[in-house]
Amino acid sequence: MKLGFSAADEAFRAECADWLQGQMAGEFADIKGITKLTAKPERRREWEQQLAEHGWACIGWPKAWGGRDATLAQQVIFAEEYARADVPGRVNHIGVELAGPTILAFGSDEQKQRFLPGIAAGKTIWCQGFSEPNAGSDLASVRTRARLDGEEWVVNGQKIWTSLAHISDWIFVVTRSEEGSAGPKGLTFLMMNLHQPGIEVRPIRQINGDAEFNETFFTDARCPADSLIGAVGDGWRIAMGLLAFERGVSTLGQQMGFRNELDGIIAAAKANGAAQDPLIRQRIAQAEIGLRLMRYGALRMLSQTDHSAIGGAALTYKIQWASWRRSLGELAMDVLGQAGEVSAHADYEWDMLPNLFLYSRADTIYGGTNQIQRNLIAERGLGMPREPRGQA
Amino acid sequence: MEFAFTAEQQMIGETARSWFAQAATSARTRAAMAGDGMDAALWSGFCRELGLSGVALPEHRSGAGLGLVELAIIAEAAGAQVAAMPLLGHAVVARAIAAGGSDAQQAHWLPRLIGGETLAAAALDAEVTADDDALTGSARLVPHGGNAGLFLVSRTNQAWLVPAGAGVTAHTPVTMDQTRPLATITLNAAAAEPLADSAAALATAQTTGWVVLAAEGLGVAQAALDRTVAYAKDRVQFGRAIGSFQAYKHRLADMMIAIEQARSAVYWAACAMDEGSDEAVLALHAAKSFAADTAFKCAADMIQLHGGIGFTWEHDAHLFFKRARSLQTMMGSGAWHREQVARMVLGDVA
Ligand SMILES: Cc1cc2nc3c(=O)[nH]c(=O)nc-3n(C[C@H](O)[C@H](O)[C@H](O)COP(=O)(O)OP(=O)(O)OC[C@H]3O[C@@H](n4cnc5c(N)ncnc54)[C@H](O)[C@@H]3O)c2cc1C
Repeated sequence: MKLGFSAADEAFRAECADWLQGQMAGEFADIKGITKLTAKPERRREWEQQLAEHGWACIGWPKAWGGRDATLAQQVIFAEEYARADVPGRVNHIGVELAGPTILAFGSDEQKQRFLPGIAAGKTIWCQGFSEPNAGSDLASVRTRARLDGEEWVVNGQKIWTSLAHISDWIFVVTRSEEGSAGPKGLTFLMMNLHQPGIEVRPIRQINGDAEFNETFFTDARCPADSLIGAVGDGWRIAMGLLAFERGVSTLGQQMGFRNELDGIIAAAKANGAAQDPLIRQRIAQAEIGLRLMRYGALRMLSQTDHSAIGGAALTYKIQWASWRRSLGELAMDVLGQAGEVSAHADYEWDMLPNLFLYSRADTIYGGTNQIQRNLIAERGLGMPREPRGQA
Repeated sequence: MEFAFTAEQQMIGETARSWFAQAATSARTRAAMAGDGMDAALWSGFCRELGLSGVALPEHRSGAGLGLVELAIIAEAAGAQVAAMPLLGHAVVARAIAAGGSDAQQAHWLPRLIGGETLAAAALDAEVTADDDALTGSARLVPHGGNAGLFLVSRTNQAWLVPAGAGVTAHTPVTMDQTRPLATITLNAAAAEPLADSAAALATAQTTGWVVLAAEGLGVAQAALDRTVAYAKDRVQFGRAIGSFQAYKHRLADMMIAIEQARSAVYWAACAMDEGSDEAVLALHAAKSFAADTAFKCAADMIQLHGGIGFTWEHDAHLFFKRARSLQTMMGSGAWHREQVARMVLGDVA
């Protein structure tokens, strides 16, 4: 048993750090430290392309498709250095981390040719059309209909909570293609161009004032017959494969971003005297310990030689970080006191810590709520009976 | 990335787990609880049959020359059975002697401790006065102090070895955790040898104790979960297995979430110590506080999730619960350890 990364990995870390910090000090200094996912969308697209030009857009992908065949450890290192350099979040993270890997795993060669170069080049931005007004945790109850009409699929229905749809080019959609089917059967996974008259995107304002997610309406929206991944009726399997990517390693490197937030709290506590309050000190220590344990939990997962085996650490990781960060938001406000409840900005915009307090309420909802995570842990990790289904 | 057990470490774990499961049975533990809180046959088996008593001690002193990761693996396995044996005092005192004893002290004591001929207990922070090489005073709450043949006695920065004998008496009050009774040791001009390097000995005593306690806590927590999971599948109410109720299974999930973090904490701390990492001290405070709290949470949930049977003397849940409680307070409470972490991250602000 050893802590730490290999010398080769540390060399890779230095290379990442060097390039990222250089960018944030140079050409892209104007976007350094932006925390809002929706701010400066044009510059953020340029940043995606800059990453692509220098081979950093999708390092975990195969070389043949524009990646670097980076190991999991290297992907984590890159994510850590990305956050350490204060680079704003990827507007194409759904393309790089969800759409791309799904197409690589389940798509045809022709689909790979057609879609992967655009993502790898940072030119096509993707969003995720899973949730609907009546299908959230219970994704299998989606109703958005897809019907094959000659050479095209015709899609009708509504998706909701579609993050970044308003700045995206493509969307993948879980549709019900078999009329009268219910549950996970009869679903088809389609990839659709968002720039068409049949699709309307309406932003939804969130509790922090920002509007990162949207309602997405499909009214006779169309895509070519070969836009499906897998077979007709095979949509559930593809969607589950994609969710495995979403809950998988893509989040392992995010502790460094959390580090920045905790450091912000520590600095605030020292500045305003909260650091002398014994209860605050206990909570800061707890947050520090939780952050370290997240990192070493991630390293434990990375050290497993068989990554397909869902170990206990992997199964518990999502709820662990989400709950940790939600408490961190509460700690931030308790450190700031009432001063944290007023903003110097116009337009209901918030600095990092109050925004953390507001935004982190979503962490325990998206990607499977905490309750759904507990169901999964108890059922898959501990062998407890499955939840019963209702009739509706 | 190699933050995983080596093949050898895995083997030690498997050996220790199956040995403790077989040897440290509930019946034997209960016999020890009714007696002096120690299963003497278990301890001699551990030292002689299993041969793991020298695990984190130097090879040239009859030890195995391995590190705290291996010691933690063993303590975790012992904790999982709430074994009634003096592993804590043994590991703390033997490693303290290895770190701060003179050549002669090491050569004399370590083989005897490892071989199981002498049993050691740590009487840290004793209230004693030294007059030449004779100690007078007392030490309270000494784990397995009533069974020991050798005491490591400390007062602030000084440490002595005091063999049981003339001038040394032990009294063991009723102790809540009967698998690790806490004795009061009274010294009356007892013969004491100062350790050659007290500071090194005491620092090692402390870090070793924290690792053992944290690892025991991990073992306690995991065993509490495993046993509750088995019960949840078995017990039926309202026509369904109780594990099918969401309030129930979510609580099991929360236990597992905490345990996975405790596991990261314990092996991070042990490994950081073995590597001499500059994170080691922070990791130890994190591990001791987090793992002991997790043990308590899981043992407490074990009682609740068993219902009435979990409240009986006959069921083992109370063994886990009482051990967990003592793990939380022994060698620094959770709040104290977290305050040490706060000092490290906040620096001097007062
Ligand atoms: C910021 C943000 C971004 C998002 N981005 C996207 C996106 O890009 N694309 C997309 O498709 N979706 C997205 N989502 C949607 C997200 O996946 C859903 O919100 C989530 O799956 C929960 O579904 P729901 O909102 O319908 O809540 P519901 O499923 O209705 O849940 C309501 C409450 O009931 C509980 N509950 C539900 N079922 C159970 C059960 N079996 N046992 C116990 N409790 C249960 C839930 O835990 C929750 O507390 C996003 C959400 C947020 C907040």
